[in-house]
Amino acid sequence: MSVFDPSSAAAEATAAILADTLHGTARGVVVDSPPGAGKSTLVVRAALELAAAGRPLMVVAQTNAQVDDLVLRLAEKQPELEVGRLHSSDSDPYDRALDGLERVRKSAKAADLAGLPVVVSTAAKWAHVKNVEPWAHAIVDEAYQMRSDALLAVAGLFERALFVGDPGQLDPFSVVGAEQWAGLSYDPSASAVSTLLAHNPELPQHRLPVSWRLPASAAPLVSDAFYPYTPFRSGTGPGDRRLSFGAPSDGSAQDRVLDEAAESGWGLLELPARHTPRTDPEAVRAVALVVRRLLDRGGAAVSERAEEPVPLTAGRIAVGTAHRDQAAAVRAALAELGVSGVTVDTANRLQGREYDVTVVLHPLSGRPDATAFHLETGRLCVLASRHRHACVVVCRAGVTDLLDEHPSTEPVQLGVTVKFPDGWEANHAVLSHLAEHRVRWTP
Amino acid sequence: MSLIAHLARMEAVEAGRAQPLATVRHRHLSARPLVLVPLTTAGEAGAPLGALVGTDPAEPRLLVVPQPRDREQRFAFLAELAEVVLPYVEGYADDVEPVERKDPATGEKVLVDLCADAPQLIVPSRAGIAYVRLLGRSMRFRRTAEQDPDTPYPAPPRVPLLGRWLTHYGERARVPGSSLLLAATDLLNRHWATGQSSLEDQHLGALLAWIDAPDGPGAASGAEAAHRAELGRDERGQLLCPPAGPATDPAFDNQLLAPAIEAYDRARLGVGAAEDGAAAELALGALHRAEGEVRRLVASQLKPTWDASWRALALLRELPEGARVADRWTRDRWSFTAHRDRITAGEPPQPRRDDAVTAAAKLAAREQAQGQLDAQEALDDPLVLAGRRLAGEAFTGEVTEVVMAWTESKRPAPRPLVTVRTGDRPHLGGGVKAYRSLDGRPQAAEFVALEEDGSVVLRLLDKMGRAKEPAPGTVPEKGDRIAWTLFEHDQRSGPKLPDPEETPWTHGGPPRHPEGELPDAVTPEDLL
Repeated sequence: MSVFDPSSAAAEATAAILADTLHGTARGVVVDSPPGAGKSTLVVRAALELAAAGRPLMVVAQTNAQVDDLVLRLAEKQPELEVGRLHSSDSDPYDRALDGLERVRKSAKAADLAGLPVVVSTAAKWAHVKNVEPWAHAIVDEAYQMRSDALLAVAGLFERALFVGDPGQLDPFSVVGAEQWAGLSYDPSASAVSTLLAHNPELPQHRLPVSWRLPASAAPLVSDAFYPYTPFRSGTGPGDRRLSFGAPSDGSAQDRVLDEAAESGWGLLELPARHTPRTDPEAVRAVALVVRRLLDRGGAAVSERAEEPVPLTAGRIAVGTAHRDQAAAVRAALAELGVSGVTVDTANRLQGREYDVTVVLHPLSGRPDATAFHLETGRLCVLASRHRHACVVVCRAGVTDLLDEHPSTEPVQLGVTVKFPDGWEANHAVLSHLAEHRVRWTP
Repeated sequence: MSLIAHLARMEAVEAGRAQPLATVRHRHLSARPLVLVPLTTAGEAGAPLGALVGTDPAEPRLLVVPQPRDREQRFAFLAELAEVVLPYVEGYADDVEPVERKDPATGEKVLVDLCADAPQLIVPSRAGIAYVRLLGRSMRFRRTAEQDPDTPYPAPPRVPLLGRWLTHYGERARVPGSSLLLAATDLLNRHWATGQSSLEDQHLGALLAWIDAPDGPGAASGAEAAHRAELGRDERGQLLCPPAGPATDPAFDNQLLAPAIEAYDRARLGVGAAEDGAAAELALGALHRAEGEVRRLVASQLKPTWDASWRALALLRELPEGARVADRWTRDRWSFTAHRDRITAGEPPQPRRDDAVTAAAKLAAREQAQGQLDAQEALDDPLVLAGRRLAGEAFTGEVTEVVMAWTESKRPAPRPLVTVRTGDRPHLGGGVKAYRSLDGRPQAAEFVALEEDGSVVLRLLDKMGRAKEPAPGTVPEKGDRIAWTLFEHDQRSGPKLPDPEETPWTHGGPPRHPEGELPDAVTPEDLL
């Protein structure tokens, strides 16, 4: 058996994807990418190669932040390439950093950007573009988070497309019921990729095999729990990433859980079992205290990116929650402790982002019931896969019992592909792993 | 469920009666709604057992199918239902008013007819709405002898038309905030919180017991009355409060209905077997009595639900209508008018399944309607707004300071800074916008800063006119109490989707039967 070489495995996959995209005959190519597997790098590379081949290219991303990020990356890689940034007519429609880029043209009208080798915008903006010559090629980024109806609105704009996304993250959702279309191949509330593949099953599908973000301590768990049939590996080995603190532990629960997480990559801070409102004040405060100590103890991260240990700053830390009011409560608690600059957001908004350390308020913590929302596989997957070094989960005890009391009871719909694993199983897998890194909360 | 709804439920438990969730009525109620209480046969999907239907609470029309498995009788039931429902629906079709509208093709303004009012259907429960859809689906593809002389079992003339209307109403009921077809339980649940679970709230009798609980010392609490409504049985083991249907209680089916239907079947055989006139007359008398017994039984199950449905409407009429309800009802009137026009134009019945473009368009329209409904309910009703305030999505407060400021462009536009003192804790942050209603239209402001004392500083952004000085009345004054929302009041309409004939390759290309689907082919199973 040969030794697994992450770099060459990833390069091989990328080469096959680019070959299919540039020289294949299929109208579409689908790429599944686990968390941190170099999806953005692939998109930038494919965009540059398509542009170099003289194929007019449109890039569809899902949010303005993703679009701006892509434009910046393109400009960084190839400053002389002309890039169009199609934006909305709202005030402050794009990142001001784009104003400093000479070769990036910005407009709210597609006609102004006609003829540029690459034009980038959100799916929502592209949907309003009418009466233009179709583009020869498109790249659809975060295609698993794009809804089928959004693809319907833009698919007339391109001849062929490369669809890139992470099937394990949150499925798109709709604020109204869409059961009446469940099972139809073009269910408008399903993901763009599921509709695309239902109608075009012959399209080539690729997979990026290596996560460069997740450390060796996290990749096996995330792969087993959320990608059981499409496993991936971490790009770094067990000793390549290290987290250490300047100040020793003061013996408090938050310090002990930080030490555990620095040592093993995971930490579970367990509060006593209790039913609480969503914005559980005790759990919120525990999250804030963990972050405060993380900053106070002068963390330093060693990784393959730098020779020297890099200080762990607020910008490299994120707090993830399930609900917006929880995020707001954590922000308020952090402000009270004088912490600023730490990202606090919901799973939806943390998709595609990367940090050194994350602190997660478990979606099921303190709940009396386990609803489909809180059980959703993608939600836990996003929260558990944003970190390069360590992840601390704050949770009330009793979630395993809660899961056992609430087996999945979603109605089975004919024609709908059952997703594996279901949230119930994924939650159990993650919890049983976290149980090995448990520290009990002592206020 | 929102925090305020949880709170209301806990208060309901404590008080022993339902607590209000709204101070105004958030759905339109017609002056003359048609109430339909259907019952279905256990074990036979789509085989109606009977119905009470009508616009007058004192004079319901009773429709009963004495032998639900008999196709002829089923058709007779549907034909009779059409006789009641269609004249009611068509009664609204001709009273129109001219309205100016933009022609989507040319962009020019044209005058079109809009029905002045629309018929409204009320069913007791959500399952009733599903049953209306089922009836619609089972009827709209039927062929009448006139449409197709060769059809083996021609439907009575007006039945397919009734199917199309019920389908339209069933589909419209999926649009948030629409009022063409409503369930009494949904109406009550929107306006009151009970002390029971939301599953139990689907039981019309139990729900009314909480809301309509008698006052005074010694009176049973809502919880007790609801328990009795749900489980209470008489000495024969029959429910005191029969389920609101369309499913019937198994005890009723087994002990009363099944023997009565068997007796009816025997009487029918008796009529066939009669050998002379006198025997036939006797047998017909027996058949008549047997049928009367089935009718009496079915009516006994329907009548309490009929009364409960009207009681629910009466309770809701006591609430004043919300200010923006009429606006949503106008959309319902458009929906009714559009379907009336499709039928007049001779278009085929609604297809069995939506094509990709129609499905996407419907979903977009409903999401837009949901956003609009959420915003409008909060703007119409301080109690709903309180829920949003508690969730950090809105705040009310007193204006303590207004400082004039302008943009730094060549033609300075007013951007006054408004300080609002509030006890609420809205989720404000950089780039967050807040809106207030200025003469019914939203005025936007952006969050600037949070003061030491919790006051919020906002910068007004629009609706102040074109001049350098803001138009009078467009800027709040010190002492004004204003409600601000962090959600927008209007919903942007979504992008235009391609025509169905231009469905892209990603969605399977254009549908194969653009002219409408054909009805199912007749199979041997259809001719049992």
